[in-house]
Amino acid sequence: MEKYIFYVLALIMIVSAIASVSSRKMLRSVVYLLFVLIGIAGIYFMADYNFLAAIQLTVYAGGIIVLIIFSVLLVHHIDMELEVAKKSKRIITALASLIGLGVFLTTIYSHPFVETTTAVTTTTADIGFALLSTEAGGFILPFEVISILLLAVMIGAIVIAKGEDDTEEEPKETPVVKQEEPVEKKEELLENEVTV
Amino acid sequence: MYNSLIITNNIHSWVVSWMPAAVTGITEMIMIALAYLTLFAVLGLFLVLMERKVAAWFQLRIGPNRVGFFGMFQTIADALKLLSKELTGTDKADKFLYNLAPYFLIISSLMALAVFPFSQNLQAFDINIGIFFLIAISSIGVIGILLGGWSSNNKFALIGAMRSGVQTISYELSVGLSLLTMILLTGSLQLSEIIEVQKSGWLIVQGHIPAVIAFMIYMIAGTAETNRAPFDMVEAESELGAGFHTEYSGMKFAYFFLAEFINMFIIAAIGTTVFFGGWLSPFGITESIPWLGVFWFFLKAFALVFLMMWFRWTFPRLRVDQLLTLEWKYLLPINLFNIVLMAIIVWLNFTIQF
Repeated sequence: MEKYIFYVLALIMIVSAIASVSSRKMLRSVVYLLFVLIGIAGIYFMADYNFLAAIQLTVYAGGIIVLIIFSVLLVHHIDMELEVAKKSKRIITALASLIGLGVFLTTIYSHPFVETTTAVTTTTADIGFALLSTEAGGFILPFEVISILLLAVMIGAIVIAKGEDDTEEEPKETPVVKQEEPVEKKEELLENEVTV
Repeated sequence: MYNSLIITNNIHSWVVSWMPAAVTGITEMIMIALAYLTLFAVLGLFLVLMERKVAAWFQLRIGPNRVGFFGMFQTIADALKLLSKELTGTDKADKFLYNLAPYFLIISSLMALAVFPFSQNLQAFDINIGIFFLIAISSIGVIGILLGGWSSNNKFALIGAMRSGVQTISYELSVGLSLLTMILLTGSLQLSEIIEVQKSGWLIVQGHIPAVIAFMIYMIAGTAETNRAPFDMVEAESELGAGFHTEYSGMKFAYFFLAEFINMFIIAAIGTTVFFGGWLSPFGITESIPWLGVFWFFLKAFALVFLMMWFRWTFPRLRVDQLLTLEWKYLLPINLFNIVLMAIIVWLNFTIQF
């Protein structure tokens, strides 16, 4: 049963991955990419790693894909199609992809995988304790480093979104997250267009 | 995964009795899925009827009263009409994405329905990250709205979709953080355990002040996330026509419509589970009759749904900038402060428990 689900998921992922790079409509590529990411979440669910699966759905499907869709919506008209790359470029890309695939396949097939006999569901509590543990094998240092990085990124985003000294203009609605700003502006633009 | 109500046991033994063992699992999964689909459709139709009745009540009208007893079958008739309507579309639309978009919404709300404990054992999928799974799933639905708005090749639909995206991404944060506040009390993300904790008092009582604040934020953000009035910038009729689903007709429009109402129920059901004890009866009055849990769950959920409908007919619509100001300048800071407050209360054991 699980085997069939795995093969179905793998098939969906491979087909959508190929469709994603070969489609000439930009938003369709994004949607195919979304299917690949959801397929990966499905594999995590199958491995009983629910937390990682949910993270995959929130961060990749819900966050990154929505962000990409937003940027496509802003810059891309429905009639446009992506241009086809030059033949030499396509050959080089195909070669690079094949080499990558070869490296992966040889690694996977030469590695002796040991089948686990016990299935343990990792709970959120375990992850929480591991993240804050200061003992050997604990993740407190990477956790703290990443928090500082995220804080820096957030402050940077606010500074960029604020622009330089626009206190005379309407300081009323400065969104905190970076991606909100262009959306707002574009919306106003579009609205003006409509009313004109 | 399987529940132990008597009726399901009977069905289980009946299925096992005449089927090879290999396919019973799949058969039962399909039966559960069909049951949930039925629930989905019936719930959607009932909620639309309820919305119209409540709207009529607030506006001192009678509301639908011709089809069936007190207009009970009005929405069924509407659904039949929608089924028989022609499916129109714009010429230059991206047909693939245009047809795909409604299913994102439908599937994400169906998946969310699966994890709710309707009664002690009546739960299809008791995943150990319950609440987090719900938050993750709800962030997928917005993709359907964005795709639908863009692919119909219509200015109004595109603007509606953009507004919806901005709104949902912003308010998702408040929904998540207010639920996180309550998780501090339960110590578990699993929905069945969250209800287990509430046997010594519903969480809104256990957590008193910060819990009430979290509930208020949750209801505001939840209403905004379902794109309902007073936050219905997405389909502001006076500005955008019908918003992102302007170009949809017939059953495809009905999918969007149905998903919106089911999402409202999902928000209410999460609220019920996390704040009001889910299927637990008040003061344990019907503790000896477990199947009444379904009744209590739906009673509480529909009370919250009624609250959201009440919002709709009470408050005027917000402007886009007011909407974002409300979220980023008021709800988010209050929410972060509230989490710290709740942490202090849990730390010092100031919770109220019976």
